[in-house]
Amino acid sequence: MLTMLANILIDGIAYGMVLFIIAVGLSITLGLMRFINLAHGAFAMTGGYVAAWLVRVQGVNFWLALLAAVLTAALIGALLEALVLRRLYRRSELDQVLFTIGLTFVFVATTNLLFGAEVQLIPLPLLLSGPVDLGVRTLPAQRILVLLAGLAVSLFSWWAINRTRFGVWLRATVDNREAAAALGIHIRWVFGLAFAFGAGLAGLGGVLGAELMPLEPYYALKYMVLVLVVVSVGGMGNIFGSLAAALLLGTVDTASKYLASGYGSLFFFAAMMLLLVWRPNGLLIKAKA
Amino acid sequence: MNLLTVRCLHKSFGGLHVTNDVSLALAPGARVALIGPNGAGKTTLINLMSGALSLSSGSITLGDQDLTHLPQARRVKAGLVRTFQITTLAAHLPIVRQIEMALHERDGMAGHWWQPVDTLKSVRDEACSVLDAVGLGAVAARTPLELAYGEQRLVELALAMALRPRVLLLDEPMAGVPKSESQAVLRALDKLPTELAVLIIEHDMDLVFSFAQRIIVLTEGTVLAEGTPDDIRKHPTVRDAYLGHGS
Amino acid sequence: MTTADLSTTSNPSAANAAMASSGVRNTAAWKHCAVIALLGVVAWFVFPNQLSLLARIAIMAILVISLDLVVGYAGLATLGHAALYGVGAYAAGIVATRLTGDPFVGLAVGALAGAITAGISGLLLLRYEGFTFLMLTVAVAQIIQNLASKFSDLTGGSDGLSGFSIKPLLGFSFDMQGRTGYVYAVTLLIVCYYAAKRVTDSPFGLSVQGIHQSRPRMRALGANINAQLWKLYTFAGLLAGIAGALSAQTNAIVGLDSLSFEISAEILVMLILGGAGRLYGALLGTVIFMLLHHTAATINPYHWLFVIGGMLMLVVLVPREKLIGWMLPKAWRNKMRRA
Repeated sequence: MLTMLANILIDGIAYGMVLFIIAVGLSITLGLMRFINLAHGAFAMTGGYVAAWLVRVQGVNFWLALLAAVLTAALIGALLEALVLRRLYRRSELDQVLFTIGLTFVFVATTNLLFGAEVQLIPLPLLLSGPVDLGVRTLPAQRILVLLAGLAVSLFSWWAINRTRFGVWLRATVDNREAAAALGIHIRWVFGLAFAFGAGLAGLGGVLGAELMPLEPYYALKYMVLVLVVVSVGGMGNIFGSLAAALLLGTVDTASKYLASGYGSLFFFAAMMLLLVWRPNGLLIKAKA
Repeated sequence: MNLLTVRCLHKSFGGLHVTNDVSLALAPGARVALIGPNGAGKTTLINLMSGALSLSSGSITLGDQDLTHLPQARRVKAGLVRTFQITTLAAHLPIVRQIEMALHERDGMAGHWWQPVDTLKSVRDEACSVLDAVGLGAVAARTPLELAYGEQRLVELALAMALRPRVLLLDEPMAGVPKSESQAVLRALDKLPTELAVLIIEHDMDLVFSFAQRIIVLTEGTVLAEGTPDDIRKHPTVRDAYLGHGS
Repeated sequence: MTTADLSTTSNPSAANAAMASSGVRNTAAWKHCAVIALLGVVAWFVFPNQLSLLARIAIMAILVISLDLVVGYAGLATLGHAALYGVGAYAAGIVATRLTGDPFVGLAVGALAGAITAGISGLLLLRYEGFTFLMLTVAVAQIIQNLASKFSDLTGGSDGLSGFSIKPLLGFSFDMQGRTGYVYAVTLLIVCYYAAKRVTDSPFGLSVQGIHQSRPRMRALGANINAQLWKLYTFAGLLAGIAGALSAQTNAIVGLDSLSFEISAEILVMLILGGAGRLYGALLGTVIFMLLHHTAATINPYHWLFVIGGMLMLVVLVPREKLIGWMLPKAWRNKMRRA
């Protein structure tokens, strides 16, 4: 019994961490840049596919492939933002939703064209394949990596947004674009960089989560809803809120799969509804009276 | 006999007190101007009176009806109507339709879901006469996006009048109206029904002194002074704080 | 006090509002329905072997009209509308399996199921707007879909509900060619379109549009926003339930996919393709999407995604007027601009 609870916790937290790493970029674009990018899941998929291809087909070292995956996703994010998405910043929410859904469809179809419909596995290096003995318990190494990565991402993101000049530029640009431009802030660079950062993180999530969220062409659509849920429950633009939401919801979902398997994702969504109704402004922000 | 009585209104956001113990009364036919520096809480007061904002304490009575805990829509039905400082209209509906909408609400027809609006000829006729009265007849088919700003402010006023209010709260009707278009708005203000009680927020002192029978001066959420235009003109604190010595 | 008190004698040369506003009127509902009926009759003779497909298009059109009321008129973007459809479908299927094969009973129960689901969920959902509302609609739909999967005794679970038969409709049995189904679907499309048009052209419909465009303005006019939106949402649920029941009865099968996120997203795409906020737009978008889907899906399901993805991006990037202009003759273009 205790073992099962421990497994639920470990797997739940790992799942939550993956969701969080992917969600950070969306939280930033949605919350800080006020842009709804439903193609965000495609960045995660890109990262996963690049890593899978490099490791399996090209025989590249896992860690190098991971780096390449993150950079590729970031690059694609930056290109997309500069060439296409930038034109949509002033459009209505519905327009942004529809355009990025269309973009996602094209991503899915392209992925199928290039790689076929089979699930892509990412072989892990020996370092990550086995268990690690922590003294009190052994944990799979992969889970530890995910946990550490999630914590690192949350701290780094929070620091980047709240403690660096770049973060100030980003927040200023979002609050008042004209004033920010007048102050000499390079808006295009700021938004482009923020976007690339989020996309790169999504790519990281795609690689780390490949075991829990299998890579196949429909990935970009299938997991988009989950990521959106994390962002909306956590509060848009709220990094630690997304972390709390992801961990909570990830654990609820994993627990329900272990304990009440006939109900599918019902508990995930029921928990989401309860949390949204309880804290509509974000998990860590008390609702206004 | 006072029509609208506001007693000891108080509103605070946490530690910030935006409205402090404000009381005022409007009799039928009243023409009262509310003046004060920016940030004094004038629009907040209108929001509290109309129900757009909930008050922390105090009471609001219209006739013999206690409005204090009623939601905004019910206050409108009781006869308390406000206009907005920044034009708030449905952007894509022709203005004649918007007046019709106000008339439907007034006459309790907003729930009628089967009758086509075009068969309600008397509503269309009344909407047209309302628009003609404020001089917007020629542009009745246009949407607010296709109107000059002064014309949009007139639509705000027309909507309020279509509801046949007993008390009208005007939040800076002249705000943003260019000089070339201000005559039309001024004319409309002149023609407000005599038995209507009007509270107007304005910064244009010429308009204030010619329109108002009584002036209330608000600073930092508190009533600084209240009286006839002459009283206010001569009031030393008001002159120092707000009017300047030139007037 | 009458508005005559406001009348003016100054400026007799100003054009009169009655003249200026004479063009502001809605087309009568029956006219649109007559066109649909005409097209329905023509299609019967021109495409006698495609009646099943056309019936499916008609049924989807009812669902997209229902969605248009919520998204286009009330301004509430939802990605959970399939829940109202699927609930209607399952209700009709369960009635046919356990109670009676009478199509009208199933239709009524399906419509009621859609309305009740909308009514109950609306009590919670309509307290929210924008993104939160959107996410909550997704959650409600997912919960309903998972419940349908769990209670497989009632719903057939992942196998779906099938093997029920529908009694003949007014003497006409549901044949393999789909002729009865076609007439059934098109007739109900006309009825639902008529009802939706009457509602949107009414004072209630106008008030809902006002709420969409400016809630503060409507509150200042004395409108009870929550009540209006709830009534609209419930009515939309009624129509969606009808679509679901029709689908169950004409296809004689109901599956979990009728409650799926995919359908909620697809109908949104159909609506946008045709133009939200005008009922005939819902019709147009459904026809375009489903005909395209029918042609493309037979080739390769993934290539279909290229087509629909490309179309979506095109529709958003290029203003609709330009797109239509590329396709329609000039006379029609001018008429649409004045509409």
